[in-house]
Amino acid sequence: MSTSPTAPQSTPDTAGTPEETPMSDGLIDVCSLEQLMPERGAGALVGERPVAVFRLADASVRAVQQLDPYCGANVISRGIVGSHDVTDEDGTVRTIPTLTSPMYKQVWDLDTGAVLDAAGKEDFPLAVHEAEVREGRVLVSPQPRAAGVPEPA
Amino acid sequence: MSDPGSSPLTPVPAGAPLTGAHVVVVGGGMTGHRVAARLRAQDPEGEWTLTVIGEEPERPYDRVHLTNWFSGRDAELLSLDTAVWDDPRITLVTGDHVATLDRPEHTVTTDSGRVIGYDRLVLATGSWAWAPRAEGKELPGIFSYRTVGDMEALATWTAGRAEQLGRAPRGVVVGGGVLGLEAAAALQKLGAEATVVEFADRLMAVQLDQGGGEMLRLLAGDLGMSVRTGVGASAFRPAEDGAVGVAELSDGSEIDADVVIFSTGIRPRDRLAREAGLAIGERGGVVVGETCQTSDPDIWAVGECASYQGVCAGLIAPGNDMADVVVDRLLGGERTHHRGEDGTKLKSVGVDAAAFGDVNAVSPGALEVSSVDPVHRRYIKLVMSDDATTLLGGVFVGDIALYSRLRPLVGRELGADPSAVIAPEGGAALSDTALPDDAVVCSCNNVSAGTIREAVSEHECRTVGEIKTCTSAGTVCGSCVPTLTSLLHQQLEEEGIAVSHALCEHFELSRAELYQAIKEGGQTTFSEVVSAFGAGRGCAVCRPTVASILSTLGSTSGQLHSPVGEQLGSLQDTNDHVMANIQRNGTYSVIPRMPAGEVTPEQLLVFAQVAKDFGLYVKLNGAQRIGMFGARLDQLPEIWRRLVDAGFESGHAYGKSLRMVKSCVGSTWCRFGVQDSTGMAVALEKRYRGLRSPHKIKVGVSGCARECAEARGKDVGVIATNRGWNLYVGGNGGAQPAHAQLLVEDLDSDALVKCIDRYLMLYIQEADRLQRSARWLEERPGGIEELRRVIVDDTLGIGEELEAAMARHVETYVDEWAEVLEDPARLGRFVTFINAPEAPDPALAFAPERGQMRPATEDDEIAENDPREARRLALAAVNPMGEPVPTMQGGQDR
Repeated sequence: MSTSPTAPQSTPDTAGTPEETPMSDGLIDVCSLEQLMPERGAGALVGERPVAVFRLADASVRAVQQLDPYCGANVISRGIVGSHDVTDEDGTVRTIPTLTSPMYKQVWDLDTGAVLDAAGKEDFPLAVHEAEVREGRVLVSPQPRAAGVPEPA
Repeated sequence: MSDPGSSPLTPVPAGAPLTGAHVVVVGGGMTGHRVAARLRAQDPEGEWTLTVIGEEPERPYDRVHLTNWFSGRDAELLSLDTAVWDDPRITLVTGDHVATLDRPEHTVTTDSGRVIGYDRLVLATGSWAWAPRAEGKELPGIFSYRTVGDMEALATWTAGRAEQLGRAPRGVVVGGGVLGLEAAAALQKLGAEATVVEFADRLMAVQLDQGGGEMLRLLAGDLGMSVRTGVGASAFRPAEDGAVGVAELSDGSEIDADVVIFSTGIRPRDRLAREAGLAIGERGGVVVGETCQTSDPDIWAVGECASYQGVCAGLIAPGNDMADVVVDRLLGGERTHHRGEDGTKLKSVGVDAAAFGDVNAVSPGALEVSSVDPVHRRYIKLVMSDDATTLLGGVFVGDIALYSRLRPLVGRELGADPSAVIAPEGGAALSDTALPDDAVVCSCNNVSAGTIREAVSEHECRTVGEIKTCTSAGTVCGSCVPTLTSLLHQQLEEEGIAVSHALCEHFELSRAELYQAIKEGGQTTFSEVVSAFGAGRGCAVCRPTVASILSTLGSTSGQLHSPVGEQLGSLQDTNDHVMANIQRNGTYSVIPRMPAGEVTPEQLLVFAQVAKDFGLYVKLNGAQRIGMFGARLDQLPEIWRRLVDAGFESGHAYGKSLRMVKSCVGSTWCRFGVQDSTGMAVALEKRYRGLRSPHKIKVGVSGCARECAEARGKDVGVIATNRGWNLYVGGNGGAQPAHAQLLVEDLDSDALVKCIDRYLMLYIQEADRLQRSARWLEERPGGIEELRRVIVDDTLGIGEELEAAMARHVETYVDEWAEVLEDPARLGRFVTFINAPEAPDPALAFAPERGQMRPATEDDEIAENDPREARRLALAAVNPMGEPVPTMQGGQDR
């Protein structure tokens, strides 16, 4: 049985695709921070890639792939943002931001894309895109980092 | 007590002695069913065959709850587990009667001429309704009260008589026992007046003492029954048309009698055994010993036809035990039958009475401790041993809360001061009393306290539902369910098994605790709630729960928190967040409210045009309304705008909230309807729409006892009566179906609404997250009886508060769809891509099917991004003539 069904692709309708003006570091301006609801996501088209952008409670932003690998639909931005405490090997407790799929309730680490709860399925991590807020604008990289790899310190 | 502590379903070793044998059960009643069900469960792989022969046309049904037939008028509703009949080893013959038994040949012959051979024979022929000698007792209009056939005949006769006479028929029930009182209540439900004639000096003379019988007489009078004790019916005289018209009583008086029910006891049906030469008891019945074998070692007898120690028991518990003994013995076991101390509880009458043990204190030196309160119609008596320590018996009339707690303790130390126990609300005095392991808690299925504890400690049952499935306790009459609940909690506590009620890693509190905490603390945002009672930023479990609580508290305190507004929006699942149900491809369904299933043609036209314009899939759902499927996030506001303009509003099909109120057309159209069920359903749907709750809530309203709206499968079921409405609660369809239980009868419309207000608000306050009301009621200590005290008698004094909360909800209701349409900030979020509002989701793909579209799969050759294109192709495919595709305006109608 296929564990990662994906809907057949059809040609994207690019009618409304925004002007892309990559910044010098390659990030693309998708919207203002104001446009994002705290602790909620929004879909964005970065290059030709659908990306889910989240604004956390501390007004920082995260971006991951919009495609839910478990259902094959572009719905990740519509999940619930939360937090989860993890204890590192040295005993320190870290609170990490999480996202729960709106479809089958898998949970991911929004920092790394790693699966925290696969809801009984195989692990399918999310691709993470660089994202940051600069002068009130939300910038997202069109290229994902390798899935499951932590952000460089 | 027999085999106390034994698990009810011990598997048998392979190679059991029944291999290759054919077992025949004569009698398709409850014990006959039990033999079949038990044999199948206990020997699932066994290579035997079994034939059950029943003379009634119905499959075996629950005769204990025969009176419930009047609620649904459908014998199927009373059916016992029908999975038994799907077993290829088991054959059921209905509507045929065994006429002769040939022991030398090992065959039975039926009326229809079937000759069936047996290796082992089980007699389960039950009993027949005995009636005393009385002239004219064969007149038309005189019935017994024993079978579904009797119920049907009684209902038809009473309705016909009412029409002929043009007034309420006068009913007479001969016999004031448990069944007689049930029959009297049934007559009243059928619209007849009821007089109970009892030869003894009190009602339920076999079970109750004098004081209990007197209190029951008062309660029966409150229900509008006339009670005549100390007299018998000596003759019946016909009316002019030849049917019964008058009953002559033994004191010489006469009463009108348009319909008569005899309920004067039963006698074992032992003719077959008698004619075949089996040993018969002095007072009738097939003689059996503790193995339930008759005088022929290949023949067994169970239930009411069997005479054990000279007594034929007329209750289900010993019948079930005998069936279990026979199955065990057939499979080579050693189980023996014993008679326990059975209690009796009045059902389906509308008054509470129950008793067990030595009710008349005839044991030497027995002491009686009683509490009599005629004002509150409460009589409780405990019979104690001469040193006041051992419980010997109990009588409970008007208040039977203690009955199921105390009955298993009969013959044992009470462990508390009896006078403290029987004081009003005195049950707490019993809290330290542990039931001994061998005390039988469920007498119907003979399950002991030890078995229940074992289910908790060894089989890891954590809810009453799991205990029921594991042990079968509480699945017949249900009267022990309160005891199951307290045993479960005691055992968990004792073993230190912490059943965590914590909502999730962010909140230690349960949903109910959090509800109370927020209600008292007045927090209005998730941040406030989590800093007061939790930790972190929440998760997909606690955030929607807090949103639901804040929404309910907001709407029921008069402030408005739109569940989807800025404040709560980030807490919600996508369904509640965008007020539509997410589908497997990420699109949404749109289901507007159609109160009680009513919709105008004008609205339907708008609905159809919207579906067409957006290319949506249309289907009726199970809730009497229409859904359109496949709407993109960015299309939702425009779809709503057109629907709202046509007078539609949100149907909350996405919410943990009231979904809908289903109804039949009721007295407005239906020739059988007795109340306006549609009008009531519309009123209820408008009252409770938008109310957020622990899980979805469904309501049904039926306009008569035919129950076409299937109200008893809903959280709240309302069924019309000639005098008002009966209210049922705690029903459920879905994976664990439950019939709603009767909470209160014959309410007028205002009282009905008050009761539902109270019930729903209580459920919202107390239930766990995602706990449907059926499960909530099952787990709630005291069950339906305690709930009745809280809702109807208002023993906690919270009735007005609950009603006021609901009233505020009704005042503050607004349509969530319309609200969003006026809020540009929120409208701005209904986009697929925040930086490309016009771009549709490129991953969407739709395939044509049956004239509509659906989400495409990997196997589809056609996969269109635009649903309208998929729909066009589908229409062309079903229209062999090709274009033109039918259109709404002036097009060719197909």
